[in-house]
Amino acid sequence: MNENEEVADERVLEKALSRDSAPPEAGAAGTVPGSELLTDAVDMSIVGEPAILEVRDIGKTYGSIIALKGVSASVSASEVLCVLGDNGAGKSTFIKILAGAHDYSSGALLVDGVKRHFSSPRAALDAGVATVYQDLAVVPLMPVWRNFFLGSELSSAGMLKVRQMKAITKQELGKMGIDLRDVDQPIGTLSGGERQSVAIARAVYFGARVVILDEPTSALGVKQAGVVLKYIARARDNGLGVVFITHNPHHAYPVGDRFLLLKRGVSLGLYDKSEIAIDELTGLMAGGAELEALAHELARA
Amino acid sequence: MTTSTLPGGAAPSLDERLKRANPLVKALRRPEVGAGVAAILIFIFFSVVTDSFLTPAGVSTWLYSASLYGIMAVAVALLMIGGEFDLSAGAMTGTTGLMVGVLTTWYGLSVWVALIIALAFALGIGFFNGIIVMKTGLPSFIVTLGTFFILQGINLAVTKLITGQVAIQGMTNVPGYSGVKAIFGESIGFGSSGFHLETAVIWWVVITIIATVVLMRTRAGNWIFAVGGQLQSARQTGVPVNRTKIGLFMTTAGCGWLVGMLSLFDVGTVQATTGIGDEFIYIICAVVGGCLLTGGFGSAAGAAIGALIYGMTLQGIVFAQWDNNWLKAFLGAMLLLAVLINLYVRRQAGGRE
Repeated sequence: MNENEEVADERVLEKALSRDSAPPEAGAAGTVPGSELLTDAVDMSIVGEPAILEVRDIGKTYGSIIALKGVSASVSASEVLCVLGDNGAGKSTFIKILAGAHDYSSGALLVDGVKRHFSSPRAALDAGVATVYQDLAVVPLMPVWRNFFLGSELSSAGMLKVRQMKAITKQELGKMGIDLRDVDQPIGTLSGGERQSVAIARAVYFGARVVILDEPTSALGVKQAGVVLKYIARARDNGLGVVFITHNPHHAYPVGDRFLLLKRGVSLGLYDKSEIAIDELTGLMAGGAELEALAHELARA
Repeated sequence: MTTSTLPGGAAPSLDERLKRANPLVKALRRPEVGAGVAAILIFIFFSVVTDSFLTPAGVSTWLYSASLYGIMAVAVALLMIGGEFDLSAGAMTGTTGLMVGVLTTWYGLSVWVALIIALAFALGIGFFNGIIVMKTGLPSFIVTLGTFFILQGINLAVTKLITGQVAIQGMTNVPGYSGVKAIFGESIGFGSSGFHLETAVIWWVVITIIATVVLMRTRAGNWIFAVGGQLQSARQTGVPVNRTKIGLFMTTAGCGWLVGMLSLFDVGTVQATTGIGDEFIYIICAVVGGCLLTGGFGSAAGAAIGALIYGMTLQGIVFAQWDNNWLKAFLGAMLLLAVLINLYVRRQAGGRE
């Protein structure tokens, strides 16, 4: 009951917001379906099984700028949540909230069903939420195993436990399906996809239950992107919750269980894989109507 | 240079386009290997062309010569691996020597107290260099160039102001001098062979070993490679970036103090111009030893070998009775060669960035 009232409120706000901030030509096409689908999103989060990480109606304002508004989604163990959106859709803000880099302004973030405010990335990590950023936080010239343990080295009496760290690195990478002949090779010599999965394996080893991947495939070629998708699936099969942020529906669709679409800081909806086909996904993401309009315009020119 | 493009059959999971590095590149990837080869060649060369190079007395001479540069080269190498420079390192050896000299001969301070004051001063300057670099984000090249000139000016001006001269005299009469000399300036003879081991050489070896262990086997070592290799990544993974870099500046300054003491207590005097110009030699030794100018790669042993090359060449040219200006030309050529090898190694190792 209460929930519905809130949603109604959001819709009003939402429309007000879209009038203020959206350029007139895109306003109508972009936001009206968005606010309708929002109802579904909230319902889903209520029905869903105990999620590791959940956001309800979450929002973020920077001063007078509303970067994110009324977004709901959740991710459970062995599940991949894809967050899709074009540039400026609010993906970065969404990551920053989940990663603990920024606190949220409205709504709620729940870890294992308990409302939390992450004060820092460290706090998010302690709660089991790790973020793998695009630059992966690796040092190219350093050996794989040193990168794996960077900042969290194992040592006793001041001396590094080199043998143990090498063994663990090899074993953890093995779980991801990477069999390195030599964990002593500089990580810069690995392929982009392998480096990505080293970063994922590292996050998992250090206690992550949910890994947030920030555009892991965007800088990669087709083949390497495929490698990364394989590792994402592998991580999921190992019981990890994955939040996969991307602007490419073709990368998201094969591996995702659910799809959260963002546009201009609001949710266009949260879909189960069974509810949506890849064409619809692509269409929604690109703003199908806008694309059609563009096609007409280009055809005439 | 040709590289094998045959797919490594034993590593099926590797991308087939990822070529295996050939053995030569793999060997050169170890930062000290190239310098080691060069050191052996130079050793053989001077052993053949001069009579005194291989005599016990000759060996003592070039070992001692290498040791003073070696200690600093090792410290500078750590700093360079951490991604920074310290141009004030040379002047620091003069400053600390002069401080102890002035405090003891002019103000009658106990030599031990003077030693500690000079050490505290050196560490303070190191901390200052580090904190300025880290807080402002300015290149350490510029910041330490400033400190270098400040120290250089102070060394001359203050020494002249207080003593009226540009060198310290009468150190040997200072109470406790011989006690301190036993630690810093002793020369241990080995019978009638003519070989004598300076304590500086022992210090050099010990410091090289400590630096190597720290670099390869401690968390601090991992952090040094990380802050020099990719600062942002180091931050993101929780490496105490500021502490690591400031510690490195303090280590370099502390070693500057050590070398200042070693030369002061060896000869019992110090010139106000001591150490000026040596800062580049330290950097050259470190680079010849395989340190990358851009940070994140290198070794302490390599820098020690770089200094050994310098010491051998410096004395070898004297033994051969050549014009010692050849030293500079040789040094320049070694530096260029080392940088070219480094560049090649970096392209092999981190070229995917």
